[in-house]
Amino acid sequence: MNNIIEITSLRKNYGEIKAVNDVSLSVNKGEMFGLVGPDGAGKTTMIRILCGLIIQESGVVKILDKDRSQSRKEIQKNIGYLSQKFSLYGDLSVDENIEFFAEIHNVKDYFKRRDELLDFSRLKPFRNRIAEKLSGGMKQKLALVCCLIHEPKILFLDEPTTGVDPVSRRDFWKILSKLLKDGITIFMSTPYLDEAERCNRVALMNAGEIIALDTPQKIKEKMNKQIIEIVCSPVRIAYQAIKRNTMLEVQMFGDRINVVVENYKLELPSIKKALTENKVQITDERIISPSLENVFMHLIKDAE
Amino acid sequence: MNLNRTRAIAKKEFKHLMRDVRLLAVLVFSPVFLLGVFGYAVNFDVHHIKIVVYDKEQSKISREFINGLTQSTYFDLIGYISDDSYIREVLDTKKAQCVVVIPVDLSQKFYSRQEAKIQYLIDGVDGNTANIIQFYVTAATYSFSSKLSSEVLARSGMRSFLPLNFEPLFWFNPDLKSTRFLIPGLIAMILIVTAAVSVSLSLVREKERGTIEQINVSSIKTSELLIGKTLPNVLLALLNATMILVVGYLLFDVVVKGSILLLFFCTLIFLIACTSIGILVSVISDSQRLAFSIATSLTMLPSFILSGFVFPIESMPVTVQILTNITPAKFFIRILRAIILRDVGVYAFWDQLVYLILFASALLTAAILIYNRKEKNN
Repeated sequence: MNNIIEITSLRKNYGEIKAVNDVSLSVNKGEMFGLVGPDGAGKTTMIRILCGLIIQESGVVKILDKDRSQSRKEIQKNIGYLSQKFSLYGDLSVDENIEFFAEIHNVKDYFKRRDELLDFSRLKPFRNRIAEKLSGGMKQKLALVCCLIHEPKILFLDEPTTGVDPVSRRDFWKILSKLLKDGITIFMSTPYLDEAERCNRVALMNAGEIIALDTPQKIKEKMNKQIIEIVCSPVRIAYQAIKRNTMLEVQMFGDRINVVVENYKLELPSIKKALTENKVQITDERIISPSLENVFMHLIKDAE
Repeated sequence: MNLNRTRAIAKKEFKHLMRDVRLLAVLVFSPVFLLGVFGYAVNFDVHHIKIVVYDKEQSKISREFINGLTQSTYFDLIGYISDDSYIREVLDTKKAQCVVVIPVDLSQKFYSRQEAKIQYLIDGVDGNTANIIQFYVTAATYSFSSKLSSEVLARSGMRSFLPLNFEPLFWFNPDLKSTRFLIPGLIAMILIVTAAVSVSLSLVREKERGTIEQINVSSIKTSELLIGKTLPNVLLALLNATMILVVGYLLFDVVVKGSILLLFFCTLIFLIACTSIGILVSVISDSQRLAFSIATSLTMLPSFILSGFVFPIESMPVTVQILTNITPAKFFIRILRAIILRDVGVYAFWDQLVYLILFASALLTAAILIYNRKEKNN
């Protein structure tokens, strides 16, 4: 049993919208699998189907070699799910929240596990505090602890670090790497590409479809293009000028633009010409290797 | 069914109840407060009817008649008028609810053995009260009249004789106090509102906060969740029922004549029906605000108007009578009146218990169907 999750031709529609459109993929045991994509790509729908919260129109989901729709009970025992909105009871203390989630999973002897989890999430000093009095980062760690109390084999995380401060995010990732070491499989969705870089494998989802799936490294290599990064101002005018005057793909990032080219030596002069004609100030220009972000923007553009 | 998981949910629900002190205070004390307010305010007994007398004759007989009227607690003599034109004024300004006009020829007609007529002008705006006033004045006039006739007959050496007389006996509520009749209705109304509202709110709260997702991901069953969630609320409602009975006894002398055990058993069945309303509401609504308004409007008015609490169902039009089945309070009030006022056993109202169970099953089925349809479209 190498594929802990096996998805075949999964479909889910909301009226006219195809939220998940013929997706097939498999997740290896013990890996961290990232589902990346823009808002509305269908990431949450995917995770909710995998967790058994909604039912697909068609397709088969196998988790731990068992059919999702047939062995619900056994599967639920072995999965943990952290939804986008941290689901905690604000009026219960840290300990009581954990106790509740242990009990509804029918875990009786949870005290040792609870202490362990509190220890390594560094929540122990706050164990008697009411959950709503915790900081955002602590709340999120507590939510994670609550989904881990029944020792799941697979952990589903839906955008777990959205709206969390950078320090807590780093803490959170430390916990995740410890879980991976313990052999837990993690399936997470994220809008952040720096987080996606840290996954073993990444699937890019757009408009309900998977448009790329591989290790971050291989995805970047497959692009086989060069990127010219130009720091300039005003960025918007530069973006429009290049688009008008060349046929090249331009990506905008804050104070800089990236131009996707086959060969920079051939394209650079015409780009610079277009910029100077439009009175754009160029502060810096360099050739960079494509980042995941470049690749994804490129792929999404192709898909459209 | 796994008892551990059910207990876990109930334990947590209980903690929620105990932590929200303000809500708990409202849930515990508002029923007693409502009972006090309703018990004193909703009262159909008519006493101290304000009367004004226009005595045109001012004779011995007329004064005797007025004395007879005002001796009882039913009538309060406000004053006399001496002209027709004042009649309108005292009724218009609500100084009097009834004006008694004694004809100028009362004594003359009496002595010539003719029938004299006393006129009563009654404020008919409040039809109910007007009816009662009419009943009282008729009775008062009739008794005075028979007293006079017996005096006349006695003078000529004959014994007065009434061919038929009547002696009503009111069972179960001998002095016809309306609070005794109203308190069962109040219990039903208060319980249905608090139970439906608290159950629907506690379920919708999980949806609103998103915690329901975590519960759904666990291997918990819907039945375990529902029983665990409703149990603490049902216990609270039973506590409320007890408090209402105690306060009803202390303030309004309402004693439970029948079996307390039977009363609690029936209350439990009723609470299951109320809970099913709460569950249905929680399936329909996604926010606590919506759940609150649906739950109150589904329970408050029907249990007040359509349950037989205040207005007798038998005198409603047939279509409205059918409509009265939307509130389980209707069935419960019959049971309560049977136990509290009449001390009868379950044989007298088992059909009402069956209706309650049918009601609960119908609503729960509807809730399950709607829930499944919503799930499909999710």
